[in-house]
Amino acid sequence: MAATAETARPSRPPAAPRRRVGRLDRDALAGVLVREVVNFSSYWRSTTFSSTVEPTIYLLAFGFGFGALVSQVNGLDYVEFVGTGTVATAVLFSSVFPAMFGTFVKYQFQKTYDAILAAPVDTEELVTGEVLWMACRAGTYGCMPLLVSMVFGLDPSWGMLTVPFIAFLTGLGWASFGVFIAGVMKSIENFNYVTSIVITPLFLTAGTYFPIDQLPEWAQVAANLNPLYHCVQLVRHAVFGFEGWVDLYHVAVIAAFGLAAWRLAIRAMERKLVN
Amino acid sequence: MSPSPPAIRLRGVVKRYGEVTAVAGLDLDVPEGTCVGLLGPNGAGKSTTMRLLTAQSIADEGSLEVLGHRLPGDSKSSRALMGVTPQLDNLDTTLTVEQNLLVFTYLYRVPRAERRAAIERALEIANLGDRRGAKVDELSGGMRRRLLIARALVHRPRLVLLDEPTVGLDPQVRQELWALIDQLRNEGTSILMSTHYIEEAQRLADTVTVMASGRAVAVGPPSDLVREHAGREALEVYGPPARLREVEAEAREHGWPTRRTGTSVTILRAEELDGLAPEGERRTANLEDVFVLLTGEEVA
Repeated sequence: MAATAETARPSRPPAAPRRRVGRLDRDALAGVLVREVVNFSSYWRSTTFSSTVEPTIYLLAFGFGFGALVSQVNGLDYVEFVGTGTVATAVLFSSVFPAMFGTFVKYQFQKTYDAILAAPVDTEELVTGEVLWMACRAGTYGCMPLLVSMVFGLDPSWGMLTVPFIAFLTGLGWASFGVFIAGVMKSIENFNYVTSIVITPLFLTAGTYFPIDQLPEWAQVAANLNPLYHCVQLVRHAVFGFEGWVDLYHVAVIAAFGLAAWRLAIRAMERKLVN
Repeated sequence: MSPSPPAIRLRGVVKRYGEVTAVAGLDLDVPEGTCVGLLGPNGAGKSTTMRLLTAQSIADEGSLEVLGHRLPGDSKSSRALMGVTPQLDNLDTTLTVEQNLLVFTYLYRVPRAERRAAIERALEIANLGDRRGAKVDELSGGMRRRLLIARALVHRPRLVLLDEPTVGLDPQVRQELWALIDQLRNEGTSILMSTHYIEEAQRLADTVTVMASGRAVAVGPPSDLVREHAGREALEVYGPPARLREVEAEAREHGWPTRRTGTSVTILRAEELDGLAPEGERRTANLEDVFVLLTGEEVA
């Protein structure tokens, strides 16, 4: 049975001019990013505080704690070794956790994504906008350990200028991974499994606090599959001198991880949000 | 001149969630510039229909067309031309009123030069100009609902989907929102409004589609539906449960349509009773009589 109206009213509100809508549309990405930027204006102080204080504590604890026992690692002062390695930790923490918890809260409790998807934005654009934003944050906050390390004696170098880009690329992957986890988990409590089984081991075997060549061979092979390890290596090389093709290999691994995690995140969220 | 295509046109739409069929072969038209009320009890398929129209649910069968765009393939183009007010409040609570609107000017692609004017217009619609700097957390329920509606209008959409727009609000606030929706309708915006408030549908909708178990069981202007299904008058017979059972039995015997209203039995088409009627209070038949008659008296 179809509805019919008594009378159709003649006038109609003027519509705003429209641009063509396509896939991964610039306007849609801008909409998602603007929402995040405006939201960030309400909590940037606390985030910046923790992103600065945390690496300082790590450097103090490891640098002066272990530093008293270990003076040099792989030809670097231990403070320099940890200071550069902690960049990867900062990137991981500022991308994967906001992605996991933030995404879950936004779709499950706040229903924010329902509002965004009712506008001309697709899940692919929503996820891409979200991970781009988290990668920007990771690119910025990932540099904090370097700045703190410079206070503790790390010499500045031109290569350091590439660290925000390395942190951004790595953050893109980990933010995507976090969104993927939020998309496949049924409850927020299940994140504990991921933190214990995946994130903590990867974070500890990335060569941040000790070189992986001290590990058993199988663990060294496993570490090579860890994208965080490649971030750590790339940051150290950026700060102390690039090593040519090896660094391109590190970039390729990080980029491949990011690409795979991005597509998986989109797929998981499409299943979650569109049914 | 050919008539303009409907703002919404659904044909044979089916949506299943596992074993449950939420929408079971729905046909629905919303002619351009009219307000259509989707009336039905909880679980009738109203909210699923709304989600189908934004392609947040994908139909298993049937065809859906919104503002000339076929769904789900061309849904993004149709979403650019419509606004949605959800049943659940999903405003950004840490942002101010103005920031919430600003975000949606971007999401709805309002050109840069028009953003400021669009926000001002939305603030005026929501009557929240003096609360523009207030955080959403600080607003009353009615203000939040007004902001939710204004947010859906920030880009001057041709079609608005209102999913239970006044659910859970005070009667005063509800009337305030009715005035706002009526104004939209008068400006020529097409509206599809789901509701389970009979009065809301009766006051605002040009046409009502009564839904039950995922299907449209009656369609037409409210007054026509009342005349067709409930007649001109209804007779309310009050009494203890035993008396009400007697009246129902008597009505069945004579083939009179009835509905239970808790403390009474209502006999519909009371104008046709010809002196056989039991004692009771006569009143004008209304859309609620039709609603209960068509959607059943039991709560699913």
